Amino acid sequence: MELYELGLKEAANKIKNREITSVELTKALLDRIEERNGEINAYVTVDRDHALKMAEESDKRIREGNPRLIEGVPLGIKDLFCTKDVRTTACSHILDNFVPPYESTVTENLWKAGGVLLGKTNMDEFAMGSSNETSYFGPVKNPWDLTRTPGGSSGGSAAAVADYQCPVATGSDTGGSIRQPASFSGIVGIKPTYGRCSRFGMVAFASSLDQAGVFARNVEDAALMLRCMSGYDPKDSTSADRPIENYDEKLDQLEIKGMKIGLPKEYFIEGLDPTVKQIIDDAIKNFTDKGAEVVEISLPHTKYAVPAYYIVAPAEAAANLARYDGMRYGLRVEGDNLMDTYMKTRTEGFGTEVKRRIMIGNYTLSSGYYDAYYTKAQRVRALITKDFEEAFKEVDFIFTPTTPTPAFKIGGKVDDPVQMYLNDIFTVATNLAGLPGISVPAGKMDYEGANLPVGLQIIGPAFSEQNLLNAAYAHEKMTNFELLKA
Amino acid sequence: MIHPDYEMVIGLEVHAQVTTESKLFSGSSTAFGADPNTQANNIDLGMPGMLPVLNQDAVDAGIKLGLALGCRINRKSVFDRKNYFYPDLPKGYQISQFTLPIVEHGNITIDLADGSTKNIGVTRMHLEEDAGKSVHDFGADHHSHVDLNRAGIPLMEIVSEPDLRTPEEAGEYLKKLRSILRFLEVCDGNMEQGSMRCDANVSVRKKGVNTFGTRREIKNLNSIRNVMRAIEFEANHQVDVIENGGEIYQETILWDANKNETRTMRSKEDAHDYRYFPDPDLLPLYLTEERIDGCAKSMPELPDEMKERFIKDYNLSPYDASVLTLSKANASFYEAVVDDKNDPKLCANWVTGELFGALNKAGLDIDESPISPEQLGELVAMITGDIISGKIAKTVFEEMFETSKNPKEIVEEKGLVQITDKGAIEAIVDKIIANNADNVEKYRSGNDRVFGFFVGQVMKETGGKANPAIVNEILKEKL
Repeated sequence: MELYELGLKEAANKIKNREITSVELTKALLDRIEERNGEINAYVTVDRDHALKMAEESDKRIREGNPRLIEGVPLGIKDLFCTKDVRTTACSHILDNFVPPYESTVTENLWKAGGVLLGKTNMDEFAMGSSNETSYFGPVKNPWDLTRTPGGSSGGSAAAVADYQCPVATGSDTGGSIRQPASFSGIVGIKPTYGRCSRFGMVAFASSLDQAGVFARNVEDAALMLRCMSGYDPKDSTSADRPIENYDEKLDQLEIKGMKIGLPKEYFIEGLDPTVKQIIDDAIKNFTDKGAEVVEISLPHTKYAVPAYYIVAPAEAAANLARYDGMRYGLRVEGDNLMDTYMKTRTEGFGTEVKRRIMIGNYTLSSGYYDAYYTKAQRVRALITKDFEEAFKEVDFIFTPTTPTPAFKIGGKVDDPVQMYLNDIFTVATNLAGLPGISVPAGKMDYEGANLPVGLQIIGPAFSEQNLLNAAYAHEKMTNFELLKA
Repeated sequence: MIHPDYEMVIGLEVHAQVTTESKLFSGSSTAFGADPNTQANNIDLGMPGMLPVLNQDAVDAGIKLGLALGCRINRKSVFDRKNYFYPDLPKGYQISQFTLPIVEHGNITIDLADGSTKNIGVTRMHLEEDAGKSVHDFGADHHSHVDLNRAGIPLMEIVSEPDLRTPEEAGEYLKKLRSILRFLEVCDGNMEQGSMRCDANVSVRKKGVNTFGTRREIKNLNSIRNVMRAIEFEANHQVDVIENGGEIYQETILWDANKNETRTMRSKEDAHDYRYFPDPDLLPLYLTEERIDGCAKSMPELPDEMKERFIKDYNLSPYDASVLTLSKANASFYEAVVDDKNDPKLCANWVTGELFGALNKAGLDIDESPISPEQLGELVAMITGDIISGKIAKTVFEEMFETSKNPKEIVEEKGLVQITDKGAIEAIVDKIIANNADNVEKYRSGNDRVFGFFVGQVMKETGGKANPAIVNEILKEKL
């Protein structure tokens, strides 16, 4: 087994036990990236010296007998998280060569737990996309099939973890941007409850929906990583002042017997691939065989989730992206006067999808349209939240497929934004309701001539991360899913 | 003055800078006068991923002002984003309150020249962050420069109902609002430094008409005097246009204080669509009863309450009471002069008359007064205690103002103590009567006016130090 194949917990243990050093592991991963990145394009910034310097500091701590939770383990960081002194672009041309003078709270927490910054991972521009094709740095390829997308927007993180270019990585999930790529890439991806992870220093897409989360090759690593990065932050007014549990230490505490699994009838619909459905049914059967109970539930406003999401998210994005005006940082294209400079900078700096969403957002917020679009979308959002609240009075978890199909081809949906948006159909509702969701590999299937992974999505009530991870862990133990070979 | 057939309808929007140590949504300092861009942190600069955190001191200031204006305090209010592009607005939006402001529906009682009062409605007050400052045509290169020290400074926007009818009322409204803000210590009210700014909405209508005319908004008036002048100018302009068969269009205009005229900034067609929506980075602001009660308990006495107390306890005229309560500094100076022992009426005369006059002439503020309240109180006590006459007191006052010496010291040094010794005064009176037989004759034959001549002679002889009451008494007796 190669060093780069180590998971988070394994690696942390080996470093702590002085079987390996952080520098050795970091070098192995840097070499792996160098070998593979040309093909996969998972990373957009790798600062070798910076990574090795952090690794040396970790090794020093180990020698001093003072290790922290994940001391010395290199991590992939989505390029959405501001990292002090390391370029952060959100994969947009408009943030060309932006080097933040500050650290995001999520990454700060990870460094405080002993993590090493390995590199910044590719993503859809400003996290707007479901296939990683809107990145200024080009698309990421799915390691399972290089003609396919690893999903998006956190495609780089998903591909890097699946391809052993890091043990774990951060992601962000606004409408499914962790769970969908996790499903497409055959790994675990968790989006915690809105407010669990601080948004401070995370480049904003849609503030009321954005939430940081984790990619890992197993549930235990996801639990440990989430424990390290989440927590209350007074610098984020929407951050939840609730204690964080040692998620990774209680994973076997789930009582399957008597547990109630909700299956929303609105999710098992036309357009859902029958093989995907079969794989999810098999996963559920593992639970019912051990005494779990299945309850058919209804989330009646599900069909409005995608339209509501594509009003709320662009509206917030339009305002969030107004700061990129070429005045203080990032790209500036000089014009004849102020207005001309604004226009040239933004015309050149933003890609097509970002511009589309800025226009949609400004349109829905404009006077005369606000009530018809924004206000109505917020009302739908409240109804969707209520649907879930009602459902969780009856069941402990909701099980759904993460996506209607496995990974699609690069270029397959890029010309049809609505088709692309419909890929979020099973994931956006949880963001609108602020709930936690996890995608775990459930099986593989032949699809358009390729053998591809399929993910099971488990949704829980707000702040039920521990239970959610426990259910995912139980599922993992009962499913013989084989990870991609290195 | 406006055309006699017309009346003005005026509403004011005041932006008052809240005196907090840090900005509304960031920890940057709000101190005035720092070098450009030295008080702007990553949040103020609108750096990627930066988030606002509400300054709770500014919220308490808002609650207090709301209570002082008799407003409804909204238990839930919401911060909205007001979207527009400008170099001094780094985020591309200003965080303000649009649909649900922190307080609504209050009023301000203004004092009019004839001693009467009038209630002016306050529509609402909301909290918002200030923008930065653009400096145009700066330096030899004619570039514009931006200073973001001001960006994010907390403001209270106080919007009046269109209840004001004259420039004088507008002036009184601003004075009263300013003194309330200062009493509450939530804003220093300094218009020249820009910590209190005013926009005026002005329209005119024929007297007796109940509907409003089309209004024009005059922006950024930086003194009460300019507010009054601009309103006067604008109202007359509107009357001229209407009288000449023209029409007023809704516009935003700028007052040019140097040229004494207004010019158009933008018309209604150019008005921005600000695309307001609730800021998703901030949760709605919920105020508890405990918090509101806490603010209510920490409220100081307000100008109107203090004025009433001065009239009642000190027996002052409404005019003197309102002059003395216009600022907290004036009021506390006055109360320190009275000090529970000196004649309140006489103290008021000395403070509003001699002291304010001298300070004004010297260009000094009350807190820079060379005479302390204790010293002035001592002077008043010397008058009422018949130690010096009121006339001598004026001389002593001048010397005190000049040297900051105690009145007793001056009186002793210069031997100004009043002569109250009857024997001494009698001797002088006898001498004067003996030397002015002709005038004595005139007085005795019924010419009362000659009496003044004798008083004058006694005063001349004593250097003004003779007690006037005793002089009168003895003169009457001897003549």
